[in-house]
This record gives sequence, structure tokens and C-alpha cells, in this order.
Amino acid sequence: MAVASLQDILQHLRQHTNTDRIELSTFRDNVRLVVPKEYLYLVLQFLKERYGFDMLIDITAVDYLNYPDARHRFGVVYCLLNTVSGQRLIVKTYLDEPDLALPSAFSLWKAADWLEREVYDMFGIVFEGHPDLRRILMAEWFTDYPLRKDYPLRGRGERHDFPVITRAES
Amino acid sequence: MALGLPENVFIANLDKLANWVRANSLWPMPFATACCGIELMAVGASRYDIARFGAEVMRFSPRQCDLMIVAGRIVMKMLPVLQRIWLQMPEPKWCISMGACACSGGVFDTYAVVQGVDRFIPVDVYIPGCPPRPEQLIQAVLDLQEQIRRTGTLRGKEFQERTQPRAPGLLPADATDLIVAPGDFSTSTYRWPGDDKYPLRPGSRLPLPQIN
Repeated sequence: MAVASLQDILQHLRQHTNTDRIELSTFRDNVRLVVPKEYLYLVLQFLKERYGFDMLIDITAVDYLNYPDARHRFGVVYCLLNTVSGQRLIVKTYLDEPDLALPSAFSLWKAADWLEREVYDMFGIVFEGHPDLRRILMAEWFTDYPLRKDYPLRGRGERHDFPVITRAES
Repeated sequence: MALGLPENVFIANLDKLANWVRANSLWPMPFATACCGIELMAVGASRYDIARFGAEVMRFSPRQCDLMIVAGRIVMKMLPVLQRIWLQMPEPKWCISMGACACSGGVFDTYAVVQGVDRFIPVDVYIPGCPPRPEQLIQAVLDLQEQIRRTGTLRGKEFQERTQPRAPGLLPADATDLIVAPGDFSTSTYRWPGDDKYPLRPGSRLPLPQIN
């Protein structure tokens, strides 16, 4: 497959989704596509099927609370790779409370399974259509989302909420 | 000899006899969760050779052990496992808390890491260090042997009396600091413009210039 130019991809995407709210920028060899969340799944599917981004490298999120000039609370980042041409692409979308839901990318890349669980665990972003959206790192009784900026670094005491075993009883 | 004891028979206090046997035949349970575990392996290997002190048989089944060596940081999710394994070990049993993380949480003062296993299971010997030298672990085993010889009883009476966690500097059980971690939750020295929730602390950095 010939390597598609970035402008081609952008034009094609805008045409496909019938919107010009998709933006493209580059920074130090990183190519970023910023997509409104209602077009996210469409864009990801299009990139996979039409432009051969067949590998999902990572999904992660950023909490922009207290960030200078930030207009949204959360950003969710998808890192894609075309294993034939070696092209890499970062797809980014923004979310605001209270609607922290995104379509799951599991139906496109199986790799999204644990990655989305991790983002859910750490940020509380819900991926609709995920087959098994449980916490993956924190314990299942944990109720907070620890990588949110309004969660204290030392926690809210969960780390000390355990029974004490003394010598007399063991 | 007046009693006419035959050879190889000697009379001793039964407690002392039991302690002597126990101290020289410790069976460690290597609860190695981090880099301290590597040092623990070094102690088990030929160069440092913990076999010289009768504690070389590392068993991975708690049912066959009497010395738990907690080597590494214990996170929230691991602590119930640690407690369960501790309860599964037959008595008499002892615990060595190895390294800064197991003793106090070390540098991992975060939401998920338990700040010292002695808050939740009994600990007999603490080893400082990050990670400790193998010689320190050998010294801890020797100290534990000394402690067993000195205070051990056949029926474990010394354990029955310890109804409270015995740790240096442990807070009382009803202290609210145990439930909510004390101190300033904001570890950032940077104050965002317009953020008065975490006021700038004395000695912290001045606000950075805003970069557009």
C-alpha cells in the first residue's frame, strides 16, 4: 500500500465524516488528529479499514484539571500504527463531566480490551460496548479514580483500610 | 556422673531445647515482591549462603514454613494475600520485614502502597536499606535466632501476650491518621494560576511563568 500523505488522510476523513471539526497537527514527528467524540468510532474504523492502521499501540487519558488554557476536563489518546508502512498516528478526543462515555474500540482492535479497562480504572471514563469493563489495576472494592488530578496522591486512606492481625490471633 | 547418664543424653530445660532446635532450623517463606527479592535470592545462593545458619530451605508453600521474609513493597491488592499466607503458616512462626518498602512504604508514599507491613501483620525483625545488603539479611536471621533462643517458649506463650501490634512508632489503633493519611496532599510545588485550594507553602517554588 502506498503511504498516504497526512493531508490526504485528513481530507478523506473530513469527507467521510462530513464534518470539518477534525483537526490535524504535528509536533516533533508526532502526528495528532483531534476528533470530536461523536465521530471517534467512525474515524478509528476508517483509519483501520481504509488506511491500514491495523495495530492499536496504546490508549491513555489526560486529566486537564487546573491546566492552563484547557477547555476540557479529559483527553483520551489513541496511538495507532500501520504495521505495513510504519506510519504512526495519534487520535485524540476530549471529554467533559458528566458525560464521560466513549464508544469502545474493542470491536476494531482486541488490544483495546485491557487498555480501556486501565483508562476506566484510572480515570473513570466509561467505554460503551466493552465486553468486560472492570477495574484492572486497582482492587475491585476501590471506588475512586486515582489518576484524576483531584484525587490526592496519598489516597483517601484506602491503603490503611485493612484488618490488623496481631500475634495473639495468628 | 552420679545419675549415671549414658553418653549422648543430656538434661536441659524443655523450652531451651525447643528454642535451640527452632532457631537453627528456620524455614523461610520468601514473600519477594520487588528488588529486595533479588538480594534475598543472593542470600540463598552460594556466595552469601544462608545455609550456614540453617535457614536455606526456601519453601513456596506457607504450610511448610515458619519464617516469612517480606521482601518488597506491598500494595493494597497484595496485602490480603500476605495476611492469608501469614495465617496459613503453622506456628511457631516469625516475620522479617526486609527493606525500606516493607518496613515503611519507602519512597512509595502513594495511594496504593501499604506504609509498612507491621501495621497489619506482626513483625519480629526489621531490616533497613534499599535494598539491604545480603549481610544485613544474614544479621537479621542471626538476630531472630537470638530472639528465639532468648524468649521462645514451647507453647508459644510469648505470642499470646502480644495482643497489640508491636512496631516502633506505630500509631494507636484509634488514631485517625491511620484512616486518612496525614499531611499535605499537594506534593506539587507548582501553584496553578487562580488555584487557592492548595495555597503556596513556604519554601516551595514560586509560580512558573505562564507559557502559551
